[in-house]
Amino acid sequence: MSSTVEAERISGKIDRAPRRWSFNPRQSGIYVAFALIVVLFSVLTGGTMLQPENISNIIVQNSYVLILAIGMILIIIAGHIDLSAGSVVAVTGAVSAVLMVNMHVPWLLALLITLVVGGIIGAWQGYWIAYFGIPAFIVTLAGMLVFRALTLTVLGNQGIGPFPDPIRTLSNGFTDGYLGNVGLGPLGGADVVSLLVGVLVVAGIGFSQWRTRRGRVQYLQAVDPFPVFLLKIVGAGVVVLAVVVQLARFKNIPWVLVLLAALVLGYSLLTTRAVFGRRIYAIGGNLQAATLSGVKVKSVVFWIFVNMGVLSALAGVIFAGRLNQAGPTAGTSFELDAIAAAFIGGAAVQGGVGKVIGAITGGLIMAVINNGMSLIGAPSEQVMLVKGLVLLAAVAYDIWTKRRATRS
Amino acid sequence: MLTMTGIGKSFPGVRALAEVSLSVRRGEIHAICGENGAGKSTLMKVLSGVYPHGTYDGEFSFDGDVCRFGGIRDSERAGIVIIHQELALCPQLSIAENIFLGNEQATGGLIDWNRTNHRAAELLDRVGLREPAVTPVGELGVGKQQLVEIAKALSKEVKLLILDEPTAALGADDSAHLLDLLRGLRADGVTSVIVSHKLNEVMAVADSITILRDGRTIETMDAGDVTEDRIIAGMVGRDLEHRFPPHEPKIGKVALRIEDWTVRNPTRPDHLVVDRANLVLRRGEIVGLAGLMGAGRTELAMSVFGRSYGRDISGRLVKDGRPIEARTVREAVAHGIAYVTEDRKRYGLNLIEDVKRNISAAGLSRLARRGWVNENEEYRVAGRFRQSMNIKVPTVSTAVGTLSGGNQQKVVLSKWIFTDPDVLILDEPTRGIDVGAKYEIYSIINRLADEGKAVLVISSELPELLGLCDRIYTLAAGRITGELSREQATQERLMQHMTRNQEHYP
Repeated sequence: MSSTVEAERISGKIDRAPRRWSFNPRQSGIYVAFALIVVLFSVLTGGTMLQPENISNIIVQNSYVLILAIGMILIIIAGHIDLSAGSVVAVTGAVSAVLMVNMHVPWLLALLITLVVGGIIGAWQGYWIAYFGIPAFIVTLAGMLVFRALTLTVLGNQGIGPFPDPIRTLSNGFTDGYLGNVGLGPLGGADVVSLLVGVLVVAGIGFSQWRTRRGRVQYLQAVDPFPVFLLKIVGAGVVVLAVVVQLARFKNIPWVLVLLAALVLGYSLLTTRAVFGRRIYAIGGNLQAATLSGVKVKSVVFWIFVNMGVLSALAGVIFAGRLNQAGPTAGTSFELDAIAAAFIGGAAVQGGVGKVIGAITGGLIMAVINNGMSLIGAPSEQVMLVKGLVLLAAVAYDIWTKRRATRS
Repeated sequence: MLTMTGIGKSFPGVRALAEVSLSVRRGEIHAICGENGAGKSTLMKVLSGVYPHGTYDGEFSFDGDVCRFGGIRDSERAGIVIIHQELALCPQLSIAENIFLGNEQATGGLIDWNRTNHRAAELLDRVGLREPAVTPVGELGVGKQQLVEIAKALSKEVKLLILDEPTAALGADDSAHLLDLLRGLRADGVTSVIVSHKLNEVMAVADSITILRDGRTIETMDAGDVTEDRIIAGMVGRDLEHRFPPHEPKIGKVALRIEDWTVRNPTRPDHLVVDRANLVLRRGEIVGLAGLMGAGRTELAMSVFGRSYGRDISGRLVKDGRPIEARTVREAVAHGIAYVTEDRKRYGLNLIEDVKRNISAAGLSRLARRGWVNENEEYRVAGRFRQSMNIKVPTVSTAVGTLSGGNQQKVVLSKWIFTDPDVLILDEPTRGIDVGAKYEIYSIINRLADEGKAVLVISSELPELLGLCDRIYTLAAGRITGELSREQATQERLMQHMTRNQEHYP
């Protein structure tokens, strides 16, 4: 393949693409904003924000919303919405509790059954939306009521618990220090396994980025100049390592972070590289054009709702495991947090635009605001106020940059 | 009546207008011609106050007064009304409500419905639209909607009527009616400025013609003593001797046979949109499909293309001698059928995505292995099409929404050529495209035929069909009413066949 490219280059068919900075304010604004917010709260909290225990807390406390945000971004890219996620979290949490606590089903089997139940719930909603043609807003609004009602039916007015240890470990626990600790000078002791994992992750990021870049160069595409490329990799590596070091100093890497990292990686690949992911963008960008290009629109929409159901069930189990109890009010307004995360992360209201990593960043921005404000003792109404304004500002910024781009 | 001098208008990075002068005499029809991007629409937006005074250079006066419009309301008060290419009507509201939208016939804040409907009926009579004033606009065809727009303009005591590409979406019938109406208005003392690509219509109706090119006025001529070729020469700045590239067809075997094809209207199943149509498409041959608006051309094409239109479709498709089923778009594509839509922005492109992802959209499986897309190959394929189709973009990662109509059309064509079809159905392939790009599209169509593909071209512009096609079918009220070879076909003969059998369907 590369020989034909070479031939085309020599014959002048492909002009050598200019090397340039690839900085897009519309896409990168969110990451800059995230960095600024972290710095702001680090200063306001006198450094408490970045303490090992606090970083660990932010991740563990927000893992379920981040999982929901991954499913939600796919739905929003396709131009739909899911208002039922919080209720599905509650009902699946209840299902898992009934299975594990009341019926003593082995935890792994119970987890799988719960995920299947989530998938069935997603299929139910996906059927009405994709095949029957009811707007997702209505179907999931109905789902929000129905699944909350089912939760209350199953649980009555009380919670079910406690959960088996493996589930609690998954949602609240940390990887074991198999290789003991190592001294990091002034930073004190840190877990060796966690550090090794951090180094491997950074190496993995570097290697995959380098491979992508090499592939692009072979195909004569525009790439960042090498120093810029290196700077980006080193920057990302430093951030990852800093987080890992802090975690290693506390109680090692939380299991939910491992799970979350796997989900982010998998779904990022799905949305950027897989045919299925492309179809989602095509549907959200122009439904009719996608239909006339042979995209099975109904099937794709159906499956992203099934996917949302499964991810909601996963979030449901993790949330219940964290509280060690499945409660009737679990998951209330989680869907709003997930939707806000997606939009803060750069998704477009009319669909067709959005990234998994953006939604995660959007979720983390809200998580940091939550955490930072509670550290400085702000009352919850102020936190809510700030989160609302941040959501509005993020979408306003998106529209503003878009308008500026079309005008020039 | 209207004098514009030294009009200039800049956008960031682009100089849209520079030193444009225009003078329009009272009571004339003045046509403005120019390629896409020549600055016609920008000029009309300056004139109608869309770009308020102060955002452009130069001055203009209307009826002797210097105009400093702050917005459309000011220009309408002065008697200048613009009708945009994309009609601005609310489909759910009635004709009368649309006519008086923003100008409601009210007494003391309450709408006087009798007066509204009565005055609307008068105006409809004036524009020759025989529909009850209470009909929702959404139930009308584009041609009639255009008339509603004109009635709306008349309701505002219009002195100067500006029409931006008024016939772009109309069939020959509706276009002719519209041009008649303009003549009638001229007799009533209404001055019109029309912006149009369709030179035959300009020749037919205009008293004088101003040509714009690259944001400058090239010349103003009396329509009496110019030819179409003369106008084209002015528009493109070079003599365009041949509007159609020469082509020697190499006609091969039958690629697709459409037999007894019958399609019903999805909302009115008793209405046959296509009625027992029979068509034969051969490899290497460019076949035209002529028909008036509403004859069922697009419906025929889309129903063949994976039943994308209609219900209770009956008939047979025979591909390369074997009967095939194409019940979905995917099946049609798998059988080597491609359909390039007449409305590329609505049905053809994902405007927020870039060039390469639009090109790969229909043939993505060719770039994928086990469900994973090879993005580098995608980039290369897009780059190849950018070369071979001469798509003018900085990179294939440019968003399609920012391209001109001609380049967008090339992207849609690339998308379908990439699926490697045997049969290509092109619905209005040069709609809204400037003269230079049209020539390129014609060359591409010839090349496709030479590669052994069967090409069916649907077009409202008869000269285009005559210049391009080896054989032309005519469609009237869903029926194939004629089949003419290149030698037999003339505009008059085509028109005769296209208007046949009309009496059966009001």
